[in-house]
Amino acid sequence: MEIDEVYPGGELDKLEGEQINSLIAQSQQPIPDPDEWLDEELKRNILLTSVDAILDWGRRSSLWPVFCFPACCAFEFMTTAASRFDISRFGMEIVRASPRQADLMITAGTLTWKMAPQVKRIYDQMAEPKWVLAMGACAISGGIFRSSYSVVPGYNRIIPVDVYVPGCPPRPEALLYGISMLHKKIAKMSIAPKGK
Amino acid sequence: MTVALSGKEIAARLEKQFPGGIVESGADSLLVKAESLLEIASYLKSTRGLDLDYLTAITAVDFLDYFEVDYLLTSLKHNHCLLVKSRCYDRDNPTLPSVVSLWRGADFQEREIYDLMGISFEGHPNLKRIVLWEGFEGHPLRKDFL
Repeated sequence: MEIDEVYPGGELDKLEGEQINSLIAQSQQPIPDPDEWLDEELKRNILLTSVDAILDWGRRSSLWPVFCFPACCAFEFMTTAASRFDISRFGMEIVRASPRQADLMITAGTLTWKMAPQVKRIYDQMAEPKWVLAMGACAISGGIFRSSYSVVPGYNRIIPVDVYVPGCPPRPEALLYGISMLHKKIAKMSIAPKGK
Repeated sequence: MTVALSGKEIAARLEKQFPGGIVESGADSLLVKAESLLEIASYLKSTRGLDLDYLTAITAVDFLDYFEVDYLLTSLKHNHCLLVKSRCYDRDNPTLPSVVSLWRGADFQEREIYDLMGISFEGHPNLKRIVLWEGFEGHPLRKDFL
């Protein structure tokens, strides 16, 4: 039996071989990378700004919160962090368990005096620059527990607070508004020491 | 469902063993003298047929004239329970015997009562504040605490 009878159309194989040989012949040199417009762009790409503006922009654009959720406001914070309200829009979705990697403390909950030294220690361990957002009535003033023997009447007794967000608990929209207020506050910071 | 033992029936059984130890008995509870508390508790725990081997809870109430401490005892074997009460009238230094030697679970609960109500439990292995901090003044669950 002839081989052409079993596998008819030896022309196909011939054609494939021609195609490949032709492609090899065309492809002896690499094609240049498409970057001809970049030279011009690099020449134009200079931005003039102040050190304060660029630093403050960087600082406020990715505030990483530290874990400080002693009570129920934490649930509103979780909602804020989850997909519906999504604080990753502000570069904040990474909540740090280590205070050394965080720059914002969102104090979501009632603080007892027994817990207060730990919160103060966490705040002290955070690297400068750092900010505190008091979330909810208990964080602002102790809330309904203000006159209790065991509750700290406001976080500002132990650590400095930058922004106060009222509510019991505040809605996620309120927390987001508080965060945007903090952004505005950070935008006004200067690296030059005060009064010099 | 756990059956609540009749305090009156238990009181009738205990009267011979501990004359004068039981002050009062109700449909579901037993009020015992502070001095006899440990003996009676031990009897309730180890007597066959009662076997109240599990301490469900201890709680304390301030009635201003006296403090009342309630022990809810349960038998896991027979699935019945009994409420035993005891009172201390000395407001400045209320004292009761500790039942930690009978039920280890009493340890933290007696410490909590000591912390918040200011009742001392004699014989407790580690009687110190558990919820509040050392140096806190007063006992906040007392009615006269402000």
